[in-house]
Amino acid sequence: MGQKIERDHQRFRKLVRGKVKSNLSKYISRGEMIGKKGKDLVSIPLPSIDIPQFRYGTKGSGGVGQGQGQVGQPLGPGQDENAGGAGDQPGGHILEVELTMEEMAQILGEELSLPRIQPRGKKNIVSSHDKYTGIRQTGPESLRHFKRTFKRALKRQISSNTYNPQVPIVIPIRADKQYRSWKEVQQPQSVAVIVYMMDVSGSMTDEQKEIVRIEAFWIDTWIKAHYKGVETVYIIHDAAAQEVDEHTFYHTRESGGTKISSAYTLADKIIATRYPPDAWNIYAFHFSDGDNWGDDIPHCLELLSDKLLPRLNLFGYGQVESPYGSGEFYEYIHEMLGERDNVVCSRIPDRDAILGSIKEFLGTGR
Amino acid sequence: MLTPYNTNLPPDLRRMKEEIEGYARDYGLDFYETIFEVIDADDLNEVAAYGGFPTRYPHWSFGMQYEELRKGYDYGLSKIYEMVINNDPCYAYLMRSNHAVDQKLVMSHVYGHCDFFKNNAYFAHTNRKMMDEMANHGARIRRYAEKYGEDEVETFMDRCMSIDDLIDIHSTAIRRRGDSTRYDFTPEPESEGDDVKATRFKSKDYMDDYINPRDILKKEEEERRKVKEEMARSFPEHPEKDVLLFLIENAPMKGWQRDVLSIIRDEAYYFTPQGQTKVINEGWASYWHSTMMTQKVLLPSEVIDYADHHSGTMAMQRGRLNPYKLGIELLRDIEHRWNTGKFGKDYDDCDDLDKRRKWDTQLGLGRKKIFEVRRVHNDITFIDTFLTPEFCVQHNLFSYAYQEQQGQYTIESREFEKIKQRLLFSLTNFGKPWIYVVDGNFRNRGELLLKHTFNGVELRLDHAADTLANIQFVWGRPVNLQTLVDGKPTMLSFDGTEHSIKTGGEIDDPRRTAPAKTR
Repeated sequence: MGQKIERDHQRFRKLVRGKVKSNLSKYISRGEMIGKKGKDLVSIPLPSIDIPQFRYGTKGSGGVGQGQGQVGQPLGPGQDENAGGAGDQPGGHILEVELTMEEMAQILGEELSLPRIQPRGKKNIVSSHDKYTGIRQTGPESLRHFKRTFKRALKRQISSNTYNPQVPIVIPIRADKQYRSWKEVQQPQSVAVIVYMMDVSGSMTDEQKEIVRIEAFWIDTWIKAHYKGVETVYIIHDAAAQEVDEHTFYHTRESGGTKISSAYTLADKIIATRYPPDAWNIYAFHFSDGDNWGDDIPHCLELLSDKLLPRLNLFGYGQVESPYGSGEFYEYIHEMLGERDNVVCSRIPDRDAILGSIKEFLGTGR
Repeated sequence: MLTPYNTNLPPDLRRMKEEIEGYARDYGLDFYETIFEVIDADDLNEVAAYGGFPTRYPHWSFGMQYEELRKGYDYGLSKIYEMVINNDPCYAYLMRSNHAVDQKLVMSHVYGHCDFFKNNAYFAHTNRKMMDEMANHGARIRRYAEKYGEDEVETFMDRCMSIDDLIDIHSTAIRRRGDSTRYDFTPEPESEGDDVKATRFKSKDYMDDYINPRDILKKEEEERRKVKEEMARSFPEHPEKDVLLFLIENAPMKGWQRDVLSIIRDEAYYFTPQGQTKVINEGWASYWHSTMMTQKVLLPSEVIDYADHHSGTMAMQRGRLNPYKLGIELLRDIEHRWNTGKFGKDYDDCDDLDKRRKWDTQLGLGRKKIFEVRRVHNDITFIDTFLTPEFCVQHNLFSYAYQEQQGQYTIESREFEKIKQRLLFSLTNFGKPWIYVVDGNFRNRGELLLKHTFNGVELRLDHAADTLANIQFVWGRPVNLQTLVDGKPTMLSFDGTEHSIKTGGEIDDPRRTAPAKTR
């Protein structure tokens, strides 16, 4: 047991992901997207495919329910899909549950159709080996499963009454033959570090920090799914930068001016001393409202292009919209996009933009 | 009782099974040998995804079911309690990780189902060796997939499943076709002339020419002959509800396709009675688990757990009807009414509410009555016969309807008649539209004409169009469906490349227009 359903399940997943061409593609419903997020709760999508059938529309339809309520009172949502039936179906397809990080990353990847990250550098050993996982009807003779083949042949001979126990000769025919089938298993062996930098100057509000928090969380989840032993570094800055722990990173509110270069200098120092680029995949993400001390900008760009970028897999700049900031930094950094393919800039005006922004950051597959 | 099967039931469960089976027989339940298999949650999810059968044909839809069940179970949102198959012997599954009290509950419940499978009239025609049959279907389809390509077979199966509800659920009980078809060339007993001859009115000899004028008689005879010829040319002779059968018999399919379609049809017929008796079957099983558990099986220490799980099964979600709950309450209501004699003319005619409430003739026929009910009823007849206004009030039932302006469902009424009507409607033909094959040689061009018999609710057009396309693929020639859209007669057509919709007078139905021409 297990193998048959595994096949059907894989087939279903392929259909849902659009890997297999099918007439049913327009009947795929994806459940709900990720994004509803309380403490640790997310709603997980449960895709389904509705085979078209002759069925009643909503017009003129109805049913029977039980409970309190006045005539004319609307029923809650979730009624629409199964209306008309006797109500023996479970409710809608949205479940709210706690998930493990791997599952979350998997869902994220599926929903945003993110490419798998290709780790760089020679030191990243990806080990892959073949594993025999199943049995099939066709295959090379060298992989024929003798025991199963002869068992089947014996079964066939017994049932067709051509087996003679006195002369126990079993001869397999084409239909009896069974072959081993295999799958290639890959294991990433690389390591990575993520450097998060955030502007905590007076112009960043709590709402903006929350956006950064959500975004950083998903980036974390995705990168961690691709590397063993991901380390994270958190840097906050206003006019000066300092390395902090995760809690402080999300909960500090400073006031005062902004000097982005301070953060880049610190990041550069940390990378140089602790994470040599030939052994590490390095990611850096910087979140700011784009308001910087005017004279500082050339210095920032110089730091980025000369020191940081050559060492990084990816540099992401996310600009949250602030009621106070001018947002000019985005324009400057955007100009570098043409030259560098490991720079991604993204604007995140509100929470709804988070998903799109994650896709921009991680869609490069770097 | 010793079972000839080795089911690897652990000793404690085996003792439990023997005890509960004994009680079930004492209560008068009558069932095939029942085999319990103890399996892990993941295997149970797999078996459940396959509708209870360990081996079936491969199809992604089972994978979809499985994903839903597995996610539900993994995240602790839902759990399969019982799973039992209508087969001889009956197979039922127990989840290894369940507590003893759950196992008892499941076993008691399962014996209720097994009794129902064996004795209910609507299950009489089902194949009791379906376990083998299903595995057989699986092997056949796997072979086709290997020979003709997985994608090709799967696409065809998707099409078949799109129409697998177009069967005639009553055909197992009613003979729809005569013994001889017109393709039988054995002579018919009555001579052909009889029904072609025009009606002659009785008259005196001298009046005959006036009362039965010859040329009119001749005309009428001609017309009748024409109609008869028309009948002979058109097929099917009568509108055919079993669209699948019609396709299997008449559509130009390849051999394997015909076989795949008949497999789908066979299984659809096998599962039909379970859909027809959802309420009464679950009600019956719940009635028996609750009776057996509370009267015989439960240990004092298990009462709380049992009550918790029982009420979980019976719970109603707001606005939804739980078939378990509806079934068990109706059965209990019947038992109570037949114990106290609260039925029949005297009771119905009694206007005194107080007297009605205290009505008790010490009849004591309740148990006997519900055994009879389980033998002869399906959901529709069950609710039609036994749903009472008192029951609706007591259980807070209401009917709801779709409000087009608001775009949502609202509570429509709490009146008995309305509730009953809605409930029966949702059960009739499984709450699905009635589709007939009317003509297999429509427009004399080999097109297929289907008819949706309108009964108040219109079709979902997007689904209808695609379903039509699937039928067209099987039929090969253009396919048409008569239905109503926005209250107007409409013809949906698909000719293999294009969908078209024609409304009202544009429909050219040769049968309707033919008589007009002759006049």
